[in-house]
Amino acid sequence: MQDLNVIGVVGAGVMGRGLAQDLAQHGHKVLLIDTGKDILDDAVRSIRQNIRAQLLMGKKNGGKSADEILSAVVTSTDLAVLEEADFVVENATENFDIKKGIYRQIDQICRPQTVFAANTSAISITRIGSLTKRPDRILGMHFMNPVPMKKTVEVIRGHHTTTETIDTAIKFLSQFGKEGVIVRDSPGFVSNRVLMLTVNEAAFLVHDRVAPPSDIDKIFVECFGHKMGPLATADLIGLDTILYSIDVLYESFNDSKYRPCPLLKQMVDAGLHGQKSGRGFFEY
Amino acid sequence: MSEYKQIVRQFFSRFFRTDGLDDADDVFAGGYVNSLFAIQLIAWLEKEFSITIEDDDLQLTNFSTINSIAQMLGRKVGVVVPA
Repeated sequence: MQDLNVIGVVGAGVMGRGLAQDLAQHGHKVLLIDTGKDILDDAVRSIRQNIRAQLLMGKKNGGKSADEILSAVVTSTDLAVLEEADFVVENATENFDIKKGIYRQIDQICRPQTVFAANTSAISITRIGSLTKRPDRILGMHFMNPVPMKKTVEVIRGHHTTTETIDTAIKFLSQFGKEGVIVRDSPGFVSNRVLMLTVNEAAFLVHDRVAPPSDIDKIFVECFGHKMGPLATADLIGLDTILYSIDVLYESFNDSKYRPCPLLKQMVDAGLHGQKSGRGFFEY
Repeated sequence: MSEYKQIVRQFFSRFFRTDGLDDADDVFAGGYVNSLFAIQLIAWLEKEFSITIEDDDLQLTNFSTINSIAQMLGRKVGVVVPA
């Protein structure tokens, strides 16, 4: 199996920058791509802040400074630099049309043997594979946030994904201390299909005035031993993302059990998006 | 120095209750904070006091208590770092 030293990371949002940081801290060269210089500059700034905070919290990074680690991250607005990539993780917005444009281009740019992993929690891997001439070398990797702290990744095998591609993906993950759990391609995979339904039902409980958010979460935390209740988890993920994900499940299965709670829709319309907006089910 | 302590305490109060927190209490060991707080604390100190915190300064002994942060500020504020 070929070495996977140069990693393309497409999309420098929260997931892309977490991934770039984690990969660079594990000695990889990272090609971090996004559409604008501003978001790339912001990503580098945020990675530097994260590394420095980790230094403060006692992570020594083998004696490397934040700047030394960042020197392994090459930023660009041009997908053409991915010609050099041994493995690509795409983290663009969860929108099929946006992803379509990217896959059509990188399929032309990258070497034929390069594997592409779509970091998605919602979009069909088989459908992404169909955009390229290499559906056998496309798979899904659902990383969790914050990437450097979450060791387990949901790995999704598309209809045409080969065992060799899965092996390459597992090798890639092991290179930065991660493990994969392999599941088949299906809307929401395992994680979102269960989590979104749980969050949506918890929102219905608030909507139906069965219990306030703090009590709903308390039952999960104190009775079930979860680290965080479903509503605090929703606030962390972002209620706009939650609504989008549940909408995708609803459209994919055409099953009314995935209908989004009206309260959730109203909160999103009102700008109560959770932690990032200062208020969701809880205040921050 | 006491002015620094007051400003730092005000910053802390945005994240957790500070009544009952002694200037010598270790906020990192006390479970008050996480790495997100550390990110914001470093960024805030650099901006608020116009200082540069070097990698070598990034040790819990400099950041764990209101006293230790005030001492670090006493060393750094007004010191011009060569470009």
